[in-house]
Amino acid sequence: MDLSLSTRTVGDRTVVEVGGEIDVYTAPKLREQLVELVNEGNHHLVVDMESVDFLDSTGLGVLVGGLKRVRAQEGSLRLVCNQERILKIFRITGLTKVFPIHESVDEAVAASD
Amino acid sequence: MATVELRFSASPEHVRTARLVAAAVARRAGVDESVLDELRLAVGEACTRAVGLHALHGLKSPVRVKLTEGEKSFSIEVGDDAPGSVPQQREGDADAEAVAEETDELGLAVISGLVDDFDVASDADGGRIRMSWPATAV
Repeated sequence: MDLSLSTRTVGDRTVVEVGGEIDVYTAPKLREQLVELVNEGNHHLVVDMESVDFLDSTGLGVLVGGLKRVRAQEGSLRLVCNQERILKIFRITGLTKVFPIHESVDEAVAASD
Repeated sequence: MATVELRFSASPEHVRTARLVAAAVARRAGVDESVLDELRLAVGEACTRAVGLHALHGLKSPVRVKLTEGEKSFSIEVGDDAPGSVPQQREGDADAEAVAEETDELGLAVISGLVDDFDVASDADGGRIRMSWPATAV
């Protein structure tokens, strides 16, 4: 299982749909994608994690890095996740306080800062 | 003696293999299905940390994973060859965002959040993370 990434624009938000496993091997691809999007001027990101099967601390680090990049541009990074096993990793690392986590892409797109 | 011992060259693409092997051996050893996801994540974090330490110190030697089936428990030991890699304990509540910048510490935070029985040790020859879970003989 590898990492899959696809992006689309919804209004002024850029939705990044992530699938597969985010770990020490695949996380650099996600980092590259986020960096590229921000460099291209997409400063309001929604990362849809509904198809993620596995997430580790390397993936968390990449998401935090992405958050810092968009914040530097006065942007936002919202997550979409309903999977308990993934949410648990955010909880035990205290990152639920750092990321806005939504139940659906529609909800994340509609959310204002 | 370990039930299964795995050595892999310290590069990121093999961490997934270590996760899969550990979960498969744990399942056979009678570790409850409900904790296999956590076990997979914890062993992945330990291996990721070892791979990172080997890269940091320019070590060519492999990372070692020992999977041991006990009578009532299943234990995993991940060994690295990095000298003196005992992590610094932070005072009080560390800022989660700052910790996330250092994935080494974040990885240990994940392990300590998932595994009740674990310890990290290190000496001049290298470090090891030992974790164990209850298991009922099948």
